Amino acid sequence: MELDTFINQFKSIFEVTPDDEFSGNTDFKALDEWDSLMALETIIMIDEVYEVELDGDDISNSTTIEDLFKIVKNRINGQ
Amino acid sequence: MALLKYNNAGISGIAAAVPGHIIDNYEYTDHFPKEEVNKVVDKIGVYQRRFADENTCSSDLCLAAAQHLIEEMGIDKSEIDVLLFVSQTPDYRMPATSVILQHKLGLKKETIAFDITLGCSAFVFALQVAYSLIANPRLNKVLILNGETRSKVYSPKDRTTAFLFGDAGVAVIIEKDDSFGDSYFSLNSDGSKSEVIKIDGGGYRQPSSVDGLIEKVVDDYGNIRNDDHGYIDGVNVFNFAAKEVPKDLMKLLSFADKDKDSIDYYIFHQANKIINDFIAKKLKLDHRKVPSILDIYGNTSSVSVPLTIVSRLINKLNEKCTLCLCAFGNGLSWGCAIINLHNCHLSEVIEI
Repeated sequence: MELDTFINQFKSIFEVTPDDEFSGNTDFKALDEWDSLMALETIIMIDEVYEVELDGDDISNSTTIEDLFKIVKNRINGQ
Repeated sequence: MALLKYNNAGISGIAAAVPGHIIDNYEYTDHFPKEEVNKVVDKIGVYQRRFADENTCSSDLCLAAAQHLIEEMGIDKSEIDVLLFVSQTPDYRMPATSVILQHKLGLKKETIAFDITLGCSAFVFALQVAYSLIANPRLNKVLILNGETRSKVYSPKDRTTAFLFGDAGVAVIIEKDDSFGDSYFSLNSDGSKSEVIKIDGGGYRQPSSVDGLIEKVVDDYGNIRNDDHGYIDGVNVFNFAAKEVPKDLMKLLSFADKDKDSIDYYIFHQANKIINDFIAKKLKLDHRKVPSILDIYGNTSSVSVPLTIVSRLINKLNEKCTLCLCAFGNGLSWGCAIINLHNCHLSEVIEI
């Protein structure tokens, strides 16, 4: 699992935010489109694509897309 | 492990009443810009809901539904042994609304009447209480009156709840009859998560106060409410429902020794489209077996399970039919039931 692939998956749940706003360093909660429903959509996407169950704390404790990526990657690797 | 089995009790009729006042959710734009409203409405799948006026309580909706049901089914009121009022929006803190309704409905003084106070899970719990009472040889008919006016609970300036809730009341009659066969229940509680859906003020831990009624901005998104308004931690509710509900449903099917396909309809609490779609998908259920009323009534809290049955299964039920009910809400509290309907009377939803 690569960061680029993860960013593309994450990007796909947004409707209006331009593609160039997404990188590993993006503070995703600062995006205009982000809200609590987007948090649910993020959890659902990660469950469906990576079969990893995130909770509210995982989202709260993440700032950048790469933070989320690391959590998912660690869970996949059983850490 | 609260897994229970009953036989020879069942629902013989359901009627529902909703306020005539329809809220068009796309036009509910007093506090938020139209564009944002459209987005939220599309995601939660609530296009319309009903709001009770200031003079109408949950009990009034239930009373209208009960009178309609008693008339349509020709029920002899003297045969009703138990009245359960199921709600978190009662008339008063005392007395119990069930007792007020005993009088308004003209039921006998020997009626066992009491309230059941639970959130969105309440109908499944009340049904279990009814089935358990019916198991007594001297009790034959239980009337469940389940109503909510959640439109009065949440702040219209808090976008996490402002677009979700609607009001409704149902009357459900439960009778003893050999033809119903076996029913199964699984009921669960987790008070460690009591903060996830809550109204802080207005009880005896934190009584209503002048300070508490001052509106405050409560988060980074600028949502506004006071201490007597309800609040929901959406992400944690989602996590809870997504994890516990499918697990409990599968546990109950296994206890009942039933195949997923042998259930005619799955009736879920109508939380919001995101949660409900996720659960149905997780369980790989045929969407034709999962009726929804989110689009027309929104989330009516505990009323959503019986309201879904009466509004979506009317004229669709076979003579015999097996339903799996599943509800979850504040507490946290959740439960599932597998019940059989046999010639169940479903009334058209009335408006008051």
